[in-house]
Amino acid sequence: MTLRTLKGIVLKIGFWLLVAVLMVYAIFPFYYALVTSLKPSSELFQVSYWVDSVDFSNYATVLSQPTFLAAIRNSVIVAVSVVLIALLLGLTAAWALGRVRFRGRTTVMMIVLGVSMFPQVAVLSGLFEVIRTLDLYNSPGGLILSYTIFTLPFTVWILTTFMRQLPDELEEAAIVDGASPWVTLTKVFMPLLWPAMATTGLLAFIAAWNEFLFALTFTLTDSQRTVPVAIALISGGSQYELPWGPIMAASVIVTVPLVVLVVIFQRRIVSGLTAGAVKG
Amino acid sequence: MATRQQAATSDVAADMTDRAFLQQQADSPRRERGTRVRRRRVRAAWLFLAPMLVVLAAVAGWPLVRTFWFSMTDASLSSLEGGQFIGLENYLVYDNGWYGIMADPMWWQSVWNTLYFTLVSVSLEAVLGVIVALVLNAHFRGRTLVRAAMLIPWAIPTVVSAKIWAWMLNDQFGIINHMLLGLGLIDAPLSWTADASLSMWAVIIVDVWKATPFVALLVLAALQMLPSDCYEAAKVDGIHPVRVFFRVTLPLIMPALLVAIIFRALDALRVFDVIYVLTSNAASTMTMSIYARQQLVEFQDVGYGSAASTLLFMIIALITVVYLYIGRRQLGGGS
Repeated sequence: MTLRTLKGIVLKIGFWLLVAVLMVYAIFPFYYALVTSLKPSSELFQVSYWVDSVDFSNYATVLSQPTFLAAIRNSVIVAVSVVLIALLLGLTAAWALGRVRFRGRTTVMMIVLGVSMFPQVAVLSGLFEVIRTLDLYNSPGGLILSYTIFTLPFTVWILTTFMRQLPDELEEAAIVDGASPWVTLTKVFMPLLWPAMATTGLLAFIAAWNEFLFALTFTLTDSQRTVPVAIALISGGSQYELPWGPIMAASVIVTVPLVVLVVIFQRRIVSGLTAGAVKG
Repeated sequence: MATRQQAATSDVAADMTDRAFLQQQADSPRRERGTRVRRRRVRAAWLFLAPMLVVLAAVAGWPLVRTFWFSMTDASLSSLEGGQFIGLENYLVYDNGWYGIMADPMWWQSVWNTLYFTLVSVSLEAVLGVIVALVLNAHFRGRTLVRAAMLIPWAIPTVVSAKIWAWMLNDQFGIINHMLLGLGLIDAPLSWTADASLSMWAVIIVDVWKATPFVALLVLAALQMLPSDCYEAAKVDGIHPVRVFFRVTLPLIMPALLVAIIFRALDALRVFDVIYVLTSNAASTMTMSIYARQQLVEFQDVGYGSAASTLLFMIIALITVVYLYIGRRQLGGGS
């Protein structure tokens, strides 16, 4: 009996130890970036696990750079536009794919799924040509257009999944009343799909906010960069003297909004990820 | 009645109603109206799909075709249209010795690096992801908090996480070396990102840290849908929990785990950001995406770079098809 309780206690301690290790593993890097960003540059190269005196000079340095502020503005413009476009096109497509039976529906679904598996590099030169032809090179417009390649497929996929789960009776009344599909979509389905739209919108926002390859390739000047590119290209006097303090401050600034969003909407994000993957 | 059937959506239900609908059509006076409504709906469906299809054609279909075409020309970044058709010379050509991508040892090294990176990081993510999911599936105080914490690495932009880890792995001032020295595990600081034998592991460490939450969440969703009765039966029979995990839990969550692995593998095969930020164009971590972009943008050789992109596309397509085929067969045989 005592052996059994002892074993139970050991197992319990082991479990909590595992939880603690996982927590530290998940959080520590971000915590360490925060600690580094709050140190004055004189203490930067002494390793410490907490801050003794909070110093905001790194944040002042970063936020006084016009190129970093421009990058934040560009990122917001690009991410918000991408979300709106993906939701609009995704919603209409999801109605067609989720509520109407027609020839070629499976083919369209397969095309959408296929595009979501594209390696971005595979279209880089072709997309570069398209963007230059449309005169969108080195502008947020070019990024907004190119980002639909990875946001649109999963938006369509997730919204279609949610659209299919809604009961048929909803639409019947509207059809009997002679409502057009557009009216049905905006007046009947959209109010019910708000949670799904919030989820997909959030996922699209995060994807667009984090994108790097297209942003690096399709922009040229500092004033047109997005945040990830701006951070990747922050450099010091030489290759070996990176200004780690300001880099960590910039990292914290662009990550905090995402972490807050994720913690608030974690349930929605989880449901969106699983709807996009498992049911797909 | 006819409109009711029009609105049926789930495939099975629609199949059944279609049959009822056809029978009813024979003598129904409302037949005309029914088919008219249906036709209007199908037309509306294509109209609603059109914008999405046009956009996908513009950003995916056409660029892909153009990339194939560029790969058979000698186009350069400054004169895309000026490229001349040169057949498969970008891929392989004999001109007093073999030239082209297929003859470039750097390309083969980048193929090998990509496969190695994918295999190691995705395996680690799968194992760690299942462990994290099992922990999150247990009932304990503060579970929501732990789950939120697990999402943080996933939410941090890849570039930012690469920068944070680059700082933590810094050879002189990095906290990882500081910890390892303090624990007596190493005698001298390691230069994680510069040392050719370590840099791939640095990249893998960052990728595993960032991507494990994704695998864990998908597996957790599957765990939460498992029936509780077989666990009760196993408990009554006194079967060891480890045995229960391998005999009951793992086979049941396998489909979800496989999906997570496919998604992760597709991501890993096209990996770019982490490596570009951590080790730039170093040979020891050169992957197919890094190679293709370097040719394309830095060396301005659109033809050669497009050929590399095309090969990358084909390798990923091939691996996807093979994997789906094996996965389906295993799943079919297992159940």
